[in-house]
Amino acid sequence: MTANQIMFILFSVMIVTFSILTVTSRKILRAAVYLLFVLVSTSGLYFMLNYQFLAAIQLTLYAGGIVVLIIFSILLTSHISQKFESIEWKKSFFTALAVIGGAIVTIVTILDHRFAASKQAAAEVNMRFIGKSLLWTGFEGYALPFEVISVLLIAAMVAAIVIAKKSGPSGSDSQTLKK
Amino acid sequence: MTSEPWWKIFYDFTPFTKSIDEGLRSSMSPFWAVTTEMVIVGILFLLFYAVVGLFLVYWERKVCAFIQNRLGPNRIGPYGIFQTVADLIKLLFKELIPIKNADSFLFNLAPYIVIIVNFMVLGAIPFGKGLHAIDFNIGIFYVIAVSSMSVIGVLLAGWSSNSKYSLIGAMRSGAMIVSYELSLGLALITMVILAGSMQLSVIVEAQRTGWFIFKGHIPAFIAFIIYIISGTAETNRGPFDLAEAESELTAGYHTEYSGMKFAFFYLAEFINMFIVASIASTIFLGGWMPLHIGSWEGFNKIMDIIPPFIWYLGKTFFIIYLIMLLKWTFPRLRIDQLLTLEWKYLLPINLVNVLIMAFLVLMGWHF
Repeated sequence: MTANQIMFILFSVMIVTFSILTVTSRKILRAAVYLLFVLVSTSGLYFMLNYQFLAAIQLTLYAGGIVVLIIFSILLTSHISQKFESIEWKKSFFTALAVIGGAIVTIVTILDHRFAASKQAAAEVNMRFIGKSLLWTGFEGYALPFEVISVLLIAAMVAAIVIAKKSGPSGSDSQTLKK
Repeated sequence: MTSEPWWKIFYDFTPFTKSIDEGLRSSMSPFWAVTTEMVIVGILFLLFYAVVGLFLVYWERKVCAFIQNRLGPNRIGPYGIFQTVADLIKLLFKELIPIKNADSFLFNLAPYIVIIVNFMVLGAIPFGKGLHAIDFNIGIFYVIAVSSMSVIGVLLAGWSSNSKYSLIGAMRSGAMIVSYELSLGLALITMVILAGSMQLSVIVEAQRTGWFIFKGHIPAFIAFIIYIISGTAETNRGPFDLAEAESELTAGYHTEYSGMKFAFFYLAEFINMFIVASIASTIFLGGWMPLHIGSWEGFNKIMDIIPPFIWYLGKTFFIIYLIMLLKWTFPRLRIDQLLTLEWKYLLPINLVNVLIMAFLVLMGWHF
């Protein structure tokens, strides 16, 4: 067994274990921390593939960004003594059915597909290439999706600000809904 | 190794590390050679971590004493230099108090997250010529990405302690770190535009003809100031230390920690400061590169006499001294002032600065 295989098995076991723990944990912050472990292990897989850019994106966006926001909102909303109630058996039965069905479909698809094995060492992806294709307007360029996503993000941010904004001094010109 | 005098090693560690690598690879399989190397590097980093941490604690107390017109630690050893060692021994023997109704798993995990993140960043820093554990081609981006996770340790510590002080401290520190990360990243991106690369070894090498703070003149200097401000905020240090404001929150997010677990947080804060200063010295002040001025051969030769490792340490400790002066000079900010500073001043200035730097590089107006 090579070092690569050992690391791969280690990461996969971590991903699987912590994924299961994420959905079964009854304490919400622990679930968030298990999710963090899953995301960090995934970035470990990317590092193994020598795709360091994607690995760092995974760390900074998911681990450092989204999980931090999740933890932050948990901090604001829930108390340490709170626990999820255990789910009634009907719900868990049908959820299990759906999960097993999904797993079967995925596994069959993966087993059906013939993966071309390659013995080549993973090549490092040039950062200049990534940067250029992200801002390239021509063929195989990502400038348009990049811009579309940024417009979407601005729309979401403006919406968030409108919702969170305090009403004006008079209180009558508020745009928010009133009961 | 044989023909060269022994002190040459201080100028270039590459032959030394290479000979160790070859020696290991000739005596065992590649797998075990790599494993042994990782263990050696890990132990070296642990030692480095402890020594630097202890020294910084001592130094901070001395700088604080200097500014407040006191003597500072002066009893244990000459000038009190063994004071922090004694403190460490005391902390090692202290009881680890378990907290009732705390989430013990997260409570114990939190200090380790902070420490692990520290080590992951330290591994990517070039300490000297040939003293560089991992040289990613995304160097700076890796540093930003990994250090964005350290806030998780703080948030977990605050929540799982089941204490009001800790929770308020964690909330403050979370809001602060998440917002100041933007400025930190943008200030570094400004310099990436100038360097044309994110690989730290390439960035250091590009400063052979002059440090970036001189090469990029005005925008580089603005980026340096913004970096120091947001770096100070990132490390939860004064004047941005409202996460652990002693007068209001006892100790903020690590109020409930005792003994070694508290020491972990305490050390991590100092190592964080060291990391911020090392990145600043690598990006702005040339890292281990001696002070070179363009093509002044004679001047450059004289500067080369001082080993790169000493240059690196000198610059890093100079920046640490700046950060310490900041802490002991300015009063603590309120949370609203803090967020105003970031979102209304630093961020717009930073965005404009990135544009100026891009324009400068396009026109070739840098040195």
